[in-house]
Amino acid sequence: MACIRGERPVFSGVSFSLDPGGALALVGPNGAGKSSLLRILCGLLRPAGGTLAWDGAAVDEDWAAHRQRLHYVGHLDAVKPTLTVAENLDDWARFRGAARAAIDALQALGIENLADVPGRFLSAGQRRRLSLARLVATPAPLWLLDEPTVTLDAESAARVATMIAAHRADGGMVIVATHGEIALDGANRLDLGVHGVPADMLLADQEAKPEDDAW
Amino acid sequence: MVGVFLRLVGRELTLALRGSIGTLMTVVFFVIAVTLFPLGVGPELGLLSRIAPGAVWVAALLAALLSLDRLFVADHEDGSLEQLMLGTLPLELVVLAKTVAHWLTTGLPLAVAAPVLALLLNMSVDGLVILVVSLLLGTPILSLIGAVGAALTVGLRRGSALIALLVLPLYVPVLIFGVGAVEGAVLDVGVHANLSILAGGLVGAVVLGPLAAAAALRMTVE
Repeated sequence: MACIRGERPVFSGVSFSLDPGGALALVGPNGAGKSSLLRILCGLLRPAGGTLAWDGAAVDEDWAAHRQRLHYVGHLDAVKPTLTVAENLDDWARFRGAARAAIDALQALGIENLADVPGRFLSAGQRRRLSLARLVATPAPLWLLDEPTVTLDAESAARVATMIAAHRADGGMVIVATHGEIALDGANRLDLGVHGVPADMLLADQEAKPEDDAW
Repeated sequence: MVGVFLRLVGRELTLALRGSIGTLMTVVFFVIAVTLFPLGVGPELGLLSRIAPGAVWVAALLAALLSLDRLFVADHEDGSLEQLMLGTLPLELVVLAKTVAHWLTTGLPLAVAAPVLALLLNMSVDGLVILVVSLLLGTPILSLIGAVGAALTVGLRRGSALIALLVLPLYVPVLIFGVGAVEGAVLDVGVHANLSILAGGLVGAVVLGPLAAAAALRMTVE
């Protein structure tokens, strides 16, 4: 698989597979393409080359079904400031076709006492926990997490690790972009740094880098 | 899918109603803009009733423009747009749901306020009825065309000025046929042709607007 962002090749020759219960840690320096790869995997970005397959069938044939199989937690938390925590979570569950969010979703992240608090009063860490609660609110076999613990305290990060372990024990799969803050037992590592384009090409196009970091 | 669609419309309405003055601003602007005309041209009733259809429609058009820039920007900034794209509802229907909510909070209040303001400009009763009908047919077109402009400019920092430039030329036909219908009623020369063209335009906009806006949003998110 290969990726080009704004005429700059980010990575190429990336290839991996994941079994039920498996985990993959995406590592690499800033701008190596960890976030871009996650966005390709959920269909928000088109790869410049290569294929994405699920159970041997190319995902290109049915993106609607693929979107139902995955949860994506990116850098943006999708929390509306004027809706309460419970309303925010419920909306996202319903937009995925569920009747309502699972009740234990807020407990799993330790924010059940915030259920009636409007989103604008949440701290960055609390917003992230609400965003992660979507994972539990509706089930999906594949979790795509982009530096999920970056704003979290140690206790919440441990909760996330527990969630991921439980998800994998149920046969779920996790792909995490990380700088090593989160413990994943027996996870495969995919170092995007080694698939990157030569360093002199990166230096030639420095102004394009901040945008890539942002995604 | 219908349930999800209605839920999204409901969510957008809740956000608009809790989102402070933004929604109210459209109608207030409309009222102020129309009341400026009698002050500007003087209290001569014959002249006022002659310019009334055009004045009300132009004010409605500009008021509808005001609220467009927030249509997708907030969702784009807080990541909701990405999550909506990953949901079960096709992006075209997401756009349509947001546009319906936008019309309910801007176009519909304009159509309700318009007859009162037109009275201020000495419009005849026949004209008032057709004015409301033409606005009910025309303002959804304004929202739908506006959604395309808003989707194209969602990633830009100073998008709102660009929206006006992109969208106003496309508003011209709506203005012409909307005013034409009201004048037809006032002068008693028939309104059906103009209203039919507005209705046809609405059908076309419902089909094409969401398609174009969704394509523009996909480009932006990449």
